[in-house]
Amino acid sequence: MYETNYHRAGSLAEAESAIAAAEDGKFLAGGQTLIPTMKQRLAAPTDLVDLRHLGELKGISKQGDGSIRIGAGTCHADVAGSPEVQAAVPGLAALAGMIGDPHVRYMGTIGGSIANNDPAADYPAALMALGASIETNKRTLAAEDFFTGMFETALEDDEIVIAVTFPACAKSAYAKFPNPASRYAMAGVFVAKDDDGVRVAVTGAGQDGVFRAGDMEQALGANWSADAIAGIEVPADNMLSDIHGSAEYRANLVKVMAKRAVASLS
Amino acid sequence: MSSEGIGARVLRKEDKRFITGAGRYTDDMALPRMGYAAFVRSPHAHAKVKSIDASAALEMPGVDAVLDGHQLVGDGIGNIICGWMIHSKDGTPMKMGAWRALESEVVRHVGQAVAVVVADTQQQARDAAEAVMVDYEELPAVVDSLDALADGAPQIHPEAEGNLIFDWEIGDEAATNDAFAKAKHITRLEIDNNRLVPNPMEPRSALASYDKAEEHYTLYTTSQNPHVARLVLSAFYNVAPEHKLRVVAPDVGGGFGSKIYIYPEEIVCLWASKRVGRPVKWTSDRTEAFLTDAHGRDHHSTAELALDADDKIIGFRVSTAANLGAYMSLFSSSVPTYLYATLLSGQYNIPAIYANVKAVYTNTTPVDAYRGAGRPEATYLVERIIETAARERGLSPAEFRRKNFVCEFPHQTPVIMCYDAGDYEASLELAMKAIDYDGFPARRAQSEAEGKLRGIGMSCYIEACGIAPSKAVGSLGAGVGLWESAEVRVNPVGTVEVLTGSHSHGQGHETTFAQLIADRFGLPTANVSIVHGDTDKVQFGMGTYGSRSGAVGMSAIVKALDKVEAKAKRIAAHLMEAAEGDIVIEDGEVKVAGTDKKLSFTEVALAAYTGHNLPEGMEPGLKEGAFYDPTNFTFPAGTHICEVEVDPETGQVTVVNFVAADDFGQIINPMIVEGQVHGGLTQGIGQALLENAVYDDEGQLLSASYMDYTMPRADDVPSYIVDTTTTLCPGNPLGMKGCGEAGAIGAPPAVINAVTDAIGDNSMSMPASPAKVWSALQKGGMKQAAE
Ligand SMILES: Cc1cc2nc3c(=O)[nH]c(=O)nc-3n(C[C@H](O)[C@H](O)[C@H](O)COP(=O)(O)OP(=O)(O)OC[C@H]3O[C@@H](n4cnc5c(N)ncnc54)[C@H](O)[C@@H]3O)c2cc1C
Repeated sequence: MYETNYHRAGSLAEAESAIAAAEDGKFLAGGQTLIPTMKQRLAAPTDLVDLRHLGELKGISKQGDGSIRIGAGTCHADVAGSPEVQAAVPGLAALAGMIGDPHVRYMGTIGGSIANNDPAADYPAALMALGASIETNKRTLAAEDFFTGMFETALEDDEIVIAVTFPACAKSAYAKFPNPASRYAMAGVFVAKDDDGVRVAVTGAGQDGVFRAGDMEQALGANWSADAIAGIEVPADNMLSDIHGSAEYRANLVKVMAKRAVASLS
Repeated sequence: MSSEGIGARVLRKEDKRFITGAGRYTDDMALPRMGYAAFVRSPHAHAKVKSIDASAALEMPGVDAVLDGHQLVGDGIGNIICGWMIHSKDGTPMKMGAWRALESEVVRHVGQAVAVVVADTQQQARDAAEAVMVDYEELPAVVDSLDALADGAPQIHPEAEGNLIFDWEIGDEAATNDAFAKAKHITRLEIDNNRLVPNPMEPRSALASYDKAEEHYTLYTTSQNPHVARLVLSAFYNVAPEHKLRVVAPDVGGGFGSKIYIYPEEIVCLWASKRVGRPVKWTSDRTEAFLTDAHGRDHHSTAELALDADDKIIGFRVSTAANLGAYMSLFSSSVPTYLYATLLSGQYNIPAIYANVKAVYTNTTPVDAYRGAGRPEATYLVERIIETAARERGLSPAEFRRKNFVCEFPHQTPVIMCYDAGDYEASLELAMKAIDYDGFPARRAQSEAEGKLRGIGMSCYIEACGIAPSKAVGSLGAGVGLWESAEVRVNPVGTVEVLTGSHSHGQGHETTFAQLIADRFGLPTANVSIVHGDTDKVQFGMGTYGSRSGAVGMSAIVKALDKVEAKAKRIAAHLMEAAEGDIVIEDGEVKVAGTDKKLSFTEVALAAYTGHNLPEGMEPGLKEGAFYDPTNFTFPAGTHICEVEVDPETGQVTVVNFVAADDFGQIINPMIVEGQVHGGLTQGIGQALLENAVYDDEGQLLSASYMDYTMPRADDVPSYIVDTTTTLCPGNPLGMKGCGEAGAIGAPPAVINAVTDAIGDNSMSMPASPAKVWSALQKGGMKQAAE
C-alpha cells in the first residue's frame, strides 16, 4: 500500500469538504474492494474519506408508497437480514445473502458495491431489474442511467451515494452461478414481476457489465414460467470469456439461472 | 502403556498456541535495527536485462541500499543448485542452466528477482523497489513443455539445447515392446497433470542477521528442513561455513513441499545483512507467493497398457514431458523420475514397464515437489488407464483390479521398487463396503430422476514413503543421505526432551512424538517436549517431506529410546539390587517384576545425574542419541472411492460421497492421521476439480490470485468417510508407513474416474471445472443428436 491520508468524516458536509480539499481523494466505505486494491498497489489515492460514520448513509426504511429505502452505508448482512426487505423485495434480501462470505457481508456496503460497479457484482442486477433509484448528494438517478459500463458509473469524483430506493416487488428472485474461485457472479439473473410486467437483469456475464434481457422479459410477460425461457437463444456475442468459461458457457448460464430464478417463484 | 501411548487420540499439544494466535512464525520475529527487503521482479517471462538504474530509488526516504546480481556474484555467492543428478538415457548428465539469486543478464520467468532494496520500513522498501529502473529487452517466451521441445522454440538456457534438460528412461524397453506385440488388447490414453500452486497459509519469510564480531549469521526462515538449508547455504552458496551459520525454522504455517527448497530471497537476505550491516527481513505477499514459490506437477503424458486374453496386464509404456519451469529447483529432477516412474506399477502385477521422461525448461515458475511429488502423477496415470481399460473390456473396475493385484510380498516391480507388505484386496473391500458400492445404481437412478448425472470412480493407489534409504538414493543420484537423527534427553527430574531432525509445520509432531515416550515409560505427554527446527539445538536432521517423519524420524527416536531404556534399567537394577532382566518400566515407575520393589522414573533419572550410586564404570547422565537410516522405502496403499453428482445444465460437479480406506501400517494418533487424510483428500479434490495454474502465451500467470486460482473450501468437499486396514511395515521398528501425502495421491484419479463415469466422456482433464464439464456434455449431446 502507498502512503495515504485518512479522514474520518462525521457528516455529509464534512465528507464533501474533505474530498474537495484532497488532491486525489477516494471515499472509503466497507473497504472490501478499495483496500485490497490499495494493498496490491493498484490504487493510490492521496486521501481516504471514510463514510462509515455518516448518519445520513445509515438505515433501512419503508416509504409511504411501500418502497424500501436503503442507506448507502448499509452492509450486505443488514439487507439480507432485514424483515422489511424480506417482506417487500424478497429477491433483494436473498441476493444480499449470497454476496461473498460473512466477513464481506458485515463490512461491504450497498453504496460501495454499486459505486464500484464490478461487472461480476450482484447488486447491479437487482437495481436494474427492480428499477431502483439512486440518491446522491447532487441528484437522483435511475439505475439505467447510473450503470454506464464495466467499472463505470455516472458518479462524479466527488459525488456520494446516499441511498438506494427499491420499489416493492413481492415476485422477485435472484439466481447466481458463482465463479469457482472468486465466488462473484459468473452469471447472476434477477427477475422481477409486478403489474407493469416483467424485468430481467443479468450481471457477471456481459462484457459491458449489467444488462437487461429484453427477450426474456417479453417471453415471461406473455408466459410467466421457466418453460417460457427454454426457447430463447441467448447470444454469446457480448458475453465475457476468460479462463473460467467461454462466452458460450456464460450465455448458457444466463439462461439456466433465469429459468431457476423464475422456477423459484412458482 | 499409558492412555496417551501409541494409538491414543491425544489432542494436539501445539494447538493451544496456534488457535489462540500465539504461534511464533518467522514474520513475528523482530531484531533491533532491522531493515526490510523488497525485491525488484521481472514483469516479463523472458527478457534481457540491459541495465539497472537504482539512482532514483537510492534517493528515497529510508532507503539503505539497492543491490543487484553484479554485486552478488562479485561477493562470491554461488549459483542455486539442484541436489539430485539425473543422467539421460545416452549417459550424459542433466543440462542445468545457471540460476543466480539475483539475475543481471537474462530473466526467465515473471517474478524473477533482479535487485533488492533494503529500507527502514516495508513500505519504503516497496516504494523504492518500484523506483528501480530496469531496462529490459523482451525475448519470445514459451510456457508449455511440448511447445518448448518443438523446433524453433525460444531457447531458454544456453546449456540446455532445445530446452531439454534430460531424456531419461526406466524399465526394459525391449521386453515392454514384446508385451505390446503379443497383446490382445491395448488401451491408450493422453493424460495431463495440471500445474498447481502450493499455497501454504503462511507465506515464505526470512529474517537474516550478521554478527560482525563473531562473523556469524543467523537466519530465521520458513523451512521444512533447516539443517539442509544450512548445509546448502554454506557448502554451495558460500554464505558462511556451517559453524558460523545458525538456521532457525520456528513455527511454520504449512509447506506441502514448497518450503523444502532454499530460495533466492533467503540467500539474498543473508548476504544483504552483512552488506548493509543490519538485520534484513523479507516476507512474501500472496502475489509473490504465486509467482515464486515452487509450483507442482505439470506433466503431459501418453500411456499405453497391454492386456492378454485373460485381461491380465502384460505391459505398460509411458512417455512424459515434465515442465520444470525456468530453473531447476533443489529436488526438481527427482520428482518426474525416481519419485514418479518407480511407482508406475501401482498395486498391480505388471511384468514389463518402460517409461521415458523428458524434463523441459519453460518460461514459468520453477516446479518441484508438492504434496505427493511424482507419486500423484504416477497414480493418476495408472488409475486412469486401469479404469479406462476396465471400461473398454466391459469389466467392473473392481474385478479388473482384483485380477491384477499384487498379492504376494515381497514383490519386486520392474521399476526398482520392492513392495514389502500390503493387502490391497482388504482396502478395496473395506472402501466398497463403506460407500455402499452395491447401492450405487439405485442412487444413480434417484439422481437421474432429479435431472442430475451421477458417477462413481475408484483409485487403488500406492506410494513410496519413508524417504529414504541413503545408499539406495545415493546410487540414484541424490546429493544427500535421507536418514534421520534424534536425541532423547531425560532431565534430572525425569521430564524428557526429544530433539529431532524432523520439522513440524502442521503435522503435530509435538504430540505424536511425545506419545512414543508416554508409550515407552508411561509418562504423561505433558512431561515431554519436542525440540526441533533450530540448527543450534538439534545436532543434524534431514527435515520433513515425503511422509518421512513417522517412518524415519520416529524410528530414530525409538532407537534413542532403546538406549535410554537400557541405561535406566541398569541403573534401577543396581539401585534395587535386582537383575537387569527383571526390571520393567511402566506408568512412570521402574519396577522389579513380580515384587513390590520400585522406584519412580524421577528417582532413576536423578540417580543418573547425581552420580552418587551408579553401576561400576557407568557414565553419569541419561541422554542418548541415534541415527536411523531406513532399509527400504515404505509403501502406504489403499483404495479411495468417489461419488459425484453433475448438474448437466451448468456442468457443476459435486462430490457427494468420498471414502478413503488406507493402510498406513502402525498408527500413533488416529485423530492426527485422519486430519492428514482429510487435508490430503481436499488437496486432491482441489487438483481434480478446482485448482489450475494458467499461463498466457506471453508467460503471464493468469491465475495469480484467489480471484482466479480456486483453492478448495470447506463447502467444496463432502464429509469424508475414512477408515484404515493395517499391514505393518516390516522395515522399521514401529511398523509405520506414513500418511502425509496419501490423500493428495489417491484422490485425483478417483474423482476424475467418477466424473467421466457420470458424463460418459473419458477425455475429461483436470480440473473438471463447470465450464469444461458443460462443454463435454454439449459435445456428447451433439454426438447423440447426430446419431
Ligand atoms: C472476498 C470477497 C468476496 C466478495 N464477493 C462478492 C460477491 O460475491 N458479490 C459481490 O457483489 N461483491 C463481492 N465482493 C465485493 C463486496 O461486495 C464489496 O463490499 C463491494 O464491492 C464494495 O463495497 P465496500 O463498501 O466494501 O466499498 P469500498 O471498497 O470501501 O469502496 C469501493 C468503491 O466505491 C466507492 N464508494 C464507496 N461508498 C461510496 C458512496 N457511498 N458513494 C460513492 N462512492 C462510494 C469507493 O470510493 C470505492 O471506489 C467481495 C469482496 C471480497 C473482499
